[in-house]
Amino acid sequence: MITPNHKAPLTFATIEPDVGLRAAMAKPRADLIAEITASQLKGRGGAGFPTGVKWNLAAAAQADVKYVICNADEGEPGTFKDRVILTDHADLVFEGMTIGGYAVGSKTGILYLRGEYTYLRPHLDAVLAARRKKGLLGVNVAGKQGFEFDIEIRMGSGAYICGEETALIESLEGCRGEPRNRPPFPVDTGLNGKPSIVNNVETFAWATCILVKGSAWFKAIGTQRSTGLKIFSVSGDCKLPGIYEFPMGITVNKMLEAVGGADAKAVQIGGASGHCVPASEFGRAIAFEDVSTGGSIIVFGHQRDMLAVAKNFLEFFVEESCGQCTPCRDGNPKLLEGVEMLEHGRCSMRYLNELSSLGETMQVASKCGLGQSAPNAFLSIIKHFKDEVMGRTQGAAH
Amino acid sequence: MSDTIDTNRAPASQTGHVIPPVEDGGMIGSRVTLTIDGQEVKVPLGTTILEAAKKVGIRIPTLCAHPDLCEAGLCRICLVEVEGMRTLQASCAYPVHSPLKIHTHTRKVRQARRHIIDLMLSKHYGECYACGRNNNCELQALAKEYGVDFFRFGHPDKPLFAKDESSHSVIRDMNKCVLCRRCVRTCIDLQEVGVLEAIGRGDQTRIETFMDKPLADVVCINCGQCINRCPTGALRANDPTDEVWAAIDDPKKHVVIQTAPAPRAAIGECFGLEPGNPLTFELNTAMRLCGFDKVFDTNFTADLTIFEEGAELLMRLQDALKTKKGPVFLPQFTSCSPGWVKYLEHFYPEYIPNLSSAKSPQQMFGAVIKTYYAQLNGLDPKDIVTVALMPCSAKKFECNRPEMVDSGFKDVDYGLTTRELAKMIQEAGIDLPNMAKSDFDSPFGSATGSGVIFGTTGGVMEAALRTVIELVVGIKVENLFDHADIIPLRGMDGVKYVELTIPSVGEVPAILKPLFESWDFLKGVTVKVAVAHGTANAHKVMEDLKNGGPLSQCHFIEFMGCPGGCIGGGGQPIPTSQAIREARSKAIYAEDSAYPIRKSHENPAVLELYGKFLTEGPCSHKSHKLLHTHYTPRGKYIAE
Repeated sequence: MITPNHKAPLTFATIEPDVGLRAAMAKPRADLIAEITASQLKGRGGAGFPTGVKWNLAAAAQADVKYVICNADEGEPGTFKDRVILTDHADLVFEGMTIGGYAVGSKTGILYLRGEYTYLRPHLDAVLAARRKKGLLGVNVAGKQGFEFDIEIRMGSGAYICGEETALIESLEGCRGEPRNRPPFPVDTGLNGKPSIVNNVETFAWATCILVKGSAWFKAIGTQRSTGLKIFSVSGDCKLPGIYEFPMGITVNKMLEAVGGADAKAVQIGGASGHCVPASEFGRAIAFEDVSTGGSIIVFGHQRDMLAVAKNFLEFFVEESCGQCTPCRDGNPKLLEGVEMLEHGRCSMRYLNELSSLGETMQVASKCGLGQSAPNAFLSIIKHFKDEVMGRTQGAAH
Repeated sequence: MSDTIDTNRAPASQTGHVIPPVEDGGMIGSRVTLTIDGQEVKVPLGTTILEAAKKVGIRIPTLCAHPDLCEAGLCRICLVEVEGMRTLQASCAYPVHSPLKIHTHTRKVRQARRHIIDLMLSKHYGECYACGRNNNCELQALAKEYGVDFFRFGHPDKPLFAKDESSHSVIRDMNKCVLCRRCVRTCIDLQEVGVLEAIGRGDQTRIETFMDKPLADVVCINCGQCINRCPTGALRANDPTDEVWAAIDDPKKHVVIQTAPAPRAAIGECFGLEPGNPLTFELNTAMRLCGFDKVFDTNFTADLTIFEEGAELLMRLQDALKTKKGPVFLPQFTSCSPGWVKYLEHFYPEYIPNLSSAKSPQQMFGAVIKTYYAQLNGLDPKDIVTVALMPCSAKKFECNRPEMVDSGFKDVDYGLTTRELAKMIQEAGIDLPNMAKSDFDSPFGSATGSGVIFGTTGGVMEAALRTVIELVVGIKVENLFDHADIIPLRGMDGVKYVELTIPSVGEVPAILKPLFESWDFLKGVTVKVAVAHGTANAHKVMEDLKNGGPLSQCHFIEFMGCPGGCIGGGGQPIPTSQAIREARSKAIYAEDSAYPIRKSHENPAVLELYGKFLTEGPCSHKSHKLLHTHYTPRGKYIAE
């Protein structure tokens, strides 16, 4: 197992096993979903869709088969919190999936595990086997008559795009991992055309916690529109990179203080697809209503070359775009070319403006969330660090 | 007569309505009102924004969308702005389920479309004036529509990929590909062949064959449906017009052309006419002006096919029902569609014995021209160049099959598509639609309506049944079917099925006497026939056969490789759609009903050929040598 340098004590460690599951089973499905809805838990993968609403839609869908899918394809650069959760608290995640299965009326849970996390597979299989042995998976789960639920693990193969839920579903179906058109949404037409809920590892773990500690506890933490706690993966130029748990809405400043990165030049919030926040905006809140993240926090110190940062992210997207839609497939290489021109001091202000409007097009015209967020880092860096990126001497590559 | 088989087309994509709109069944809320650019329109739930906009006359540009294919929503040209949504939506792939306010050409939308076109052009190598699709290119049209007057994000100045010119039929130039994946969807969904697929991610995404092998080495059936649906010049047919011109220009060569009915029904589209305006006789004049020495009608050998293939079927039936000589391979499959033949060779090689050994009309014609016709006119067959005007890209492969040399020479030298002949006519400065009409040349001048309908799905079967009814039952077809129109075999249903009980039998006609003593073995027999068009439907039928389903009881099945049959062939004018194919089909049936002779067995030229040349009659030794062939079990495995 890979252990991060710093691991804050997590609420997850305080949760007694299977209390949440039994609490869930004791409730009618509608009440269970109402509890999750009341907590205002939002998707911890980064998109922030209200979990209760998602579960409710899937529960209402009429179908013989439904699926509960856990998205463990943690591929966002700078994110490793799901890896830690699965290493240390896999039971909570599987418990959350089981609760989800009960809520929406599904018998089948699938954990889609990132290809690079193959080493976790034996550990997770063992956790599942132990749960089956304890009667927490299988028929009459946890003694609940008539409730049947089991979980299988399916492996990803290293494509970043498969973290996008519809591409993940395509991949599960054995197809090329590419996002689908939406609508229809997975809650209606998901895996094998059946209603499916796709939630992040952390979301399922929090759902379990909410059942244990109550929605009121969760809702009391964080901001009005971003409730509860959040696990962060902090990396980069700070003294204590690692895993942290903070209430939603924490300011960048406060977080930097905690991680030993107070003198940062900028912070990339939300990984490659996130935003680059400059020091002048460190007062901003990390929350769905301000700067949101699936957990990735990358700290850039003063020595960092922001153009190199933009280039690094764009190289990532040029390679990881699924290649399906025009704006993302062909737009990212153009932005990267632009960065290379900037490196050599050969990009005119006019062309830079053109590229920035191309980036805006990509944000609204790409087919999926990946393509829509791919230009974010580039756009925020050329906005906040214009002098730095435009200041190269002609012909001198940095 | 009954219609007991489910006639739904195999893939939903063939119908062109992939997201089925919920029709108003009196249910509350089954319709929704949209406001598109200020105009209200009420549509069934599930209608796409694109379709809804069409209803009120609002045109939204598209590229990856095609009426024959399943939705993709990936080129993003058709984006529109929906009030309340942060991102733009692909109108081709957005089914409406709630009242939306939609704007189709806001600044945001126009800018996005312009960027998308600019991005496509930044990867699209080549100049429009040096491209076969000049003036019939969807990318070019979009660039014009959006006022592209410079390459905002650059333009490649050299090709990145070598062209794949390995195939006799289809040429791929990936330098012009804009990754709309219409070809992929055509090959996988529409035809269920699956030769092309998107490979690689990000900027490395390509359309490739298996292991990027040359098209000639994979399971491509040469149907060319991908060509018809490619928006650019990335896919085209292997064009032999230079060779044909060279033959015409060579005074020593006697260049004859045969024309199939489907191209004649469609070629007008290349000259600005609406689909469904046949130019059969204008074309004869134009081809003579181009310099072809003789102009023949493929219908002649279509009628000949009916004799040969029909006699073969009757012999199989005789073996099965009378002599009980085994093994007998039934149902017999038609063999006139070279796309279908190669499909069978690849995917169901174990069924090759079911394929009629009769050559296609094209190949029969070639063999007859280089033997009988040469003899009749004192020509040396080595100086004859036979050209075939076909609606088809697979015909190019067919004429190059190594076994197609039964005349002692290459039976058919060149297969031309409708598009290629149109180009030759344009090059010669001929105004085809306004040509005077002229007839075909003899000795193959007479044709029948039965030969004409070979050009559309169900036509071969209808022609065969017309002849079988008259030759076997001994009654006029008109007694059973008004005007001899066998309606249940017509139309665009994917699989058609017809049963016909033979109540009584007549005398065996003289021409078939060497093969049959009497028809008694057919008395009371219910003949079961089926028709499938497009290899997706063929796939469906073959699976039914393999599983011993109802179609395995058939005696005869017509298969056409292309949706709609030949009128929808891979060599036909671009664009194509169900409506266009239906219009061409209608023209074919109109031509059929205008012929004084409607039945193959009444074709005097064919009877004369049997009288003077193939004197031992159909399926005799000589006819076998010239008019029949054999096939290659290819399988799905691809050689190193």
